[in-house]
Amino acid sequence: MTETTQESRFEDTIARDRRIEPRDAMPDGYRKTMVRQIAQHAHSEIIGMQPEGNWITRAPSLRRKAILLAKVQDEAGHGMYLYSAAETLGVSRDELTEMLISGRQKYSSIFNYPTPSYADVGVIGWLVDGAAICNQVPLCRSSYGPYARAMIRICKEESFHQRQGYELLLTMMRGTPEQRAMVQASVDRFWWPSLMMFGPPDAESPNTAQSMAWGVKRHTNDELRQRFVDMTVPQADRLGVTLPDPDLRWNEERGHHDFGAVDWDEFRAVVGGKGPCNVERVTRRKAAHEEGAWVREAAMAYASKH
Amino acid sequence: MPASTEGDGTAATPWPLFEVFLRGKRGLNHVHVGSLHAADPQMALHHARDLYCRRNEGVSIWVVPSAAITASSPEEKDEFFASAGDKVYRHPTFYKIPDDVPHM
Amino acid sequence: MDDDNPYDLLAAADEDGRWAFGTGFADPFAGVDMAIPDGLDPAALARYCLALADDALIYSHRLQEWVTHMPELEEETAIANIALDLLGQARLLLSRAAAADPSLGGDEDALAFFRPPTLFLNARFVEPTDRGFAAMVARLLVFSAWRLELCAALRDCGDPVLAAITARSVSELAYHRDYAAAWVVRLGDGTELSHTRMRDGLAAVWPGTAELFTASAVERALPSVAVDPGAVRGAFDAVLDSVLAAATLDRPVAPSAGLSAGLSADQPAGPLGRDASHTADLTTLLTEMQSVARAHPDATW
Repeated sequence: MTETTQESRFEDTIARDRRIEPRDAMPDGYRKTMVRQIAQHAHSEIIGMQPEGNWITRAPSLRRKAILLAKVQDEAGHGMYLYSAAETLGVSRDELTEMLISGRQKYSSIFNYPTPSYADVGVIGWLVDGAAICNQVPLCRSSYGPYARAMIRICKEESFHQRQGYELLLTMMRGTPEQRAMVQASVDRFWWPSLMMFGPPDAESPNTAQSMAWGVKRHTNDELRQRFVDMTVPQADRLGVTLPDPDLRWNEERGHHDFGAVDWDEFRAVVGGKGPCNVERVTRRKAAHEEGAWVREAAMAYASKH
Repeated sequence: MPASTEGDGTAATPWPLFEVFLRGKRGLNHVHVGSLHAADPQMALHHARDLYCRRNEGVSIWVVPSAAITASSPEEKDEFFASAGDKVYRHPTFYKIPDDVPHM
Repeated sequence: MDDDNPYDLLAAADEDGRWAFGTGFADPFAGVDMAIPDGLDPAALARYCLALADDALIYSHRLQEWVTHMPELEEETAIANIALDLLGQARLLLSRAAAADPSLGGDEDALAFFRPPTLFLNARFVEPTDRGFAAMVARLLVFSAWRLELCAALRDCGDPVLAAITARSVSELAYHRDYAAAWVVRLGDGTELSHTRMRDGLAAVWPGTAELFTASAVERALPSVAVDPGAVRGAFDAVLDSVLAAATLDRPVAPSAGLSAGLSADQPAGPLGRDASHTADLTTLLTEMQSVARAHPDATW
């Protein structure tokens, strides 16, 4: 098949909103963009195990402990589904792990924030998983088949996580004054970083147009951020927590909530490596990978002998 | 496969990729659900249970080394192809990730 | 936007219900007859269930510590599964103990979070932190192989609730044992480095093994139900011997130097965990495990 035929098949598949599959011809730029997007998503799931994983041993009821352990286990699974999708594009998981450890690929900056209180477990489930679901549901229609299929599986499991997080917060908000204060303090810490999860404003995202044309991205950052705010405000009201934004209010004309300015300097600093936990997160991943090398090698040595 | 260099100076072979197929309790046939890494088929089976089944009883699992799968070539969809098989996933050595790909 | 509201899309019920057994219900024994059969001493039964529960609860904590530290991502899901299974067993056993003897002080959470170390009945074997992956799989092999034999024997015991719990545990423990055995074999017969580390890992956990096969007052108080741990030694040894042979490892030799006359290297010296005598490791573990619950004693979670 000629290059132009390959190219027109690709364009045609995209235009008809069908899936590009691993064996299909695709432009280099599309392949590179997908690899990076999927890999960074995978890295986020794996790194995301840490801030919540830190609370497993201290969860204050056995049922909550089981839920949290299962959730963190799911996140490992999600990372693996996504690495698996990325590998269909011709990269190896080992290469991607090197990219993460060396800082050449990123992960969602929300995980560079610490989790100093148990309420953070609930708030991460509610706000962080909520924002992730907002981002991810549209990706179930990603033009790249393996990614779309991984996203469907992930979204289903993540819905449990979000419900469990919200349920914990409901329980705490109906509890003692200390529990309520813990929840409010956690919301105060995680609200703005959750909004940052949708990425920089559209005006500062030059690649959005190409990504939307390729079906890699289905909505803009600002569209998804607005949707998240609109969905979350009533949930916050229901919980009885205040979202830390004095400019947050319903705008009848727009049919959406107006909200205050995100501190993009903070976002850039955290993405650039200066968040409170950047070093800690990557160091732990790197340590597990490097200290485990002898174990992985032993398994290969055994397999080759038998 | 590219070997990553470990701290002790020896090159390490990463665990190979296996494809996972499941037939659920109500299923009629095995369906591809994804892939995972394992050192050998028994390990792959264990991992597949952990990753895809949460040990749901009655689910049948097949694991197959990815390198063993032969796939047809999509460009030839319109033609009769008896012999145009190829390996399903490219070797990672064919492809490098450049540094300059922009953020989404 | 024509996109689905994510909440609508995800509100569809999950039909296979496979996610996280043990998280979806509050009362695992709803509808189950918890009455204690005639002739069984409720307090003794509760104490025995508590001991089995504590083994699982404490050991699950040690396995939970491995999350995000495993040598490969697939192993993360594996270890989390095992920790979750043991946590589930602990919960069922704690609930059975609480139901059998209300004077113990409440439900599974009251027992887990508000008992001091002096009231725990777990074996000392599960108290230390693992010193490396090889020591971890060595301990997991010993623990699962031992507990599997105990639970297999308990499936026919005189308390139908305990019998049901242990019957369910058997298939989980077989999986745990097989996972650990596979790793012991791979490491033992892998590289020279892994062979050395596996040998050392096994040597590190072996001295604590003797306690597991020693009957205590807890077992002696419940003659018609409790399994004499010494009685499962033979089956346990058969499993270990077969795994060690495949791993090209020798059974560790317990040091006999320094032992008083009359004591064998296979008998633990001094009090047992089942006698509520514990190491400092348990105190450290419980301080962490109970910290949030104790900081909010009146809270519901």
